[in-house]
Amino acid sequence: MRVVLEAKHINKYFKKPVLFHVLKDINFQVKKGEFASIMGKSGCGKSTLLYILSTMDTDYKGELLLNNQLVTNQNSNHLSYIRNKHIGFVFQFHYLLSEFSVLENVMLPAKKLAEKSHQEIEHDAIEKLKMLNIAHLAKKRASRVSGGEKQRIAIARALINNPSIIMGDEPTGNLDSHNAENVFNIFKKLSDEQGLSLLIVTHDKDFANKTDRIIQMADGKIIT
Amino acid sequence: MTNWKVILSIAKTHLLTKIKQTAIASLGVTFGIGSYITLVCFMTGLNAMLDNLILNQTPHIHIYNEIEPSEKQPISLYNNADKSFNVVHSIKPKISQKKIHNALPIIDYLEKNKDVRGALPQIKTQIFYIAGSIELGGNLTGINPVDEARLFNMEDYIVEGSAEALQNTDNSILLGIGIAKKMSLKVGDRVQVSPISGGIFPLKIVGFYQSGIADLDAIQSFTNIKTIQRILGKANNYITDINVKLHNIEQAIPLSKKIEQQFKLKAIDIKTANAQFETGTTIRNLITYAVSITLLIVAGFGIYNILNMLIYEKMNDIAILKATGFSGKDVQLIFMSQAMIIGFVGGVLGLLIGLGLANLISTIPFQTEALPTVETYPVNINPLFFIIGFSFAMLSTFLAGYLPSKKAKRIDPVRIIRGQ
Repeated sequence: MRVVLEAKHINKYFKKPVLFHVLKDINFQVKKGEFASIMGKSGCGKSTLLYILSTMDTDYKGELLLNNQLVTNQNSNHLSYIRNKHIGFVFQFHYLLSEFSVLENVMLPAKKLAEKSHQEIEHDAIEKLKMLNIAHLAKKRASRVSGGEKQRIAIARALINNPSIIMGDEPTGNLDSHNAENVFNIFKKLSDEQGLSLLIVTHDKDFANKTDRIIQMADGKIIT
Repeated sequence: MTNWKVILSIAKTHLLTKIKQTAIASLGVTFGIGSYITLVCFMTGLNAMLDNLILNQTPHIHIYNEIEPSEKQPISLYNNADKSFNVVHSIKPKISQKKIHNALPIIDYLEKNKDVRGALPQIKTQIFYIAGSIELGGNLTGINPVDEARLFNMEDYIVEGSAEALQNTDNSILLGIGIAKKMSLKVGDRVQVSPISGGIFPLKIVGFYQSGIADLDAIQSFTNIKTIQRILGKANNYITDINVKLHNIEQAIPLSKKIEQQFKLKAIDIKTANAQFETGTTIRNLITYAVSITLLIVAGFGIYNILNMLIYEKMNDIAILKATGFSGKDVQLIFMSQAMIIGFVGGVLGLLIGLGLANLISTIPFQTEALPTVETYPVNINPLFFIIGFSFAMLSTFLAGYLPSKKAKRIDPVRIIRGQ
């Protein structure tokens, strides 16, 4: 199986308020089509790790490879491009640009990438929305839809550029159990049917147990 | 690679969804630029009017024979006294003629110079206006009235009658309005004048002259050159002054120096003659610009404030944009283009409002004794002010947008996303 994401000897320190060794020599791989979850207690560094893997946090030691290409120490414009093309992101709270319509929200990353024409992008976006059963919301303002719907729209947005991997920072943390179930099923489907790699940080044991692989963290180290 | 279409569409959405804020920010620019345009048009209009009051009538170079002491006293021509120390007491001015020697050839020569718009002869003399037993002192100047009207806007100051009438009527006079009032004279009456050398000459009043400077109007009158030569009993080459008008006022100083050297005459250029007036103009301009720059800076701060607030409100959006692959530069451009759009819209509106107000001011009646030909407030609608105003609108919004957008560029998405 092809390796999508690989972390080699990743170390990170927080310098404020006191020097603190957050991540201690992290090594792991995510393979293509793998649905992995990261679990651990609050403060164990799992979110910190995720933001390093997402290329948004560049202040670390070690090497990060995406599709076997070194990401570490690339300039910030190139990192933006990598995030745009290869990584889809789903957050706990920060879903959508509230002033834009649902469709525009989904289309934005593809417009930024500008590899397709406007019509193609719009078509793709509607396809993604249909796949997630929310096509009827397309023309609504993003601020006018419910929390569960918002998260599904955010997933559609994460998918628009057909990324190599989807990362989630507690994507179900703010949802009721019904919607959380729903989101999990979507992830599962994407992983099974489209061979998409997923890496999800979660507190939810039920959620994690249903994934292919659980990466357990404690005190800045991977335990299992 | 910058994707302008996306950036502008995001900027547009931000501006349109916060239409109230956008409107307030643009209105800040509009008021700044609008009041700048109005103020500058009005103040430079007034300035130009005040300048014209003096400068229109003033020759660019005034040539005459100065009565002054000889530079070289006879003792310095005496070689034997070379090495001694001379003190000459009670120096008197040299006796010389008032008229300019060879005036007519000099005028011809000046007229041929390509920098010169015209050179006009004048004869200035002191006379008395005689009303019964009262003698009022005054000045009578002999001129070529039609040429004076052409070059020095004489017609603007003739309140009754015309320059042609003065040119064509023998023994006519254009009487200062102050004298006319004192002596209760009207056009068509005759007034008796007496030169210092004696004799009485009745002259027909063909018009009144009002310069706006009361002291001057109470003594100054004009007649044509032939009449004054007859009054003074001089030949027709008797000319005391030559007034030169140039195409470009900046040429006045070098040309006046050249004339002094060439003809051994006194030639005063307009800048030297009106030095304190120039200072006044400079200071008024300075005030105009100080006030307008203040207005523009205040407008600029308004924009800075609103963009700053906008960016605080949009922290979330900035983090999402960055997480989904927009670079810091893209985010900066989004906010910069918002600032520039605000500046553009506000600036154009400001120019229109300024133009409207300036036109409105130019219709307000304004009548004053001092300025017989002015009927409404003067405004100077100069395209340059509009270019400056618009450029400043763009520049100030650029600066006002630059700092907040720079901050947006630097925002760390991780901190925002994790902060909640």
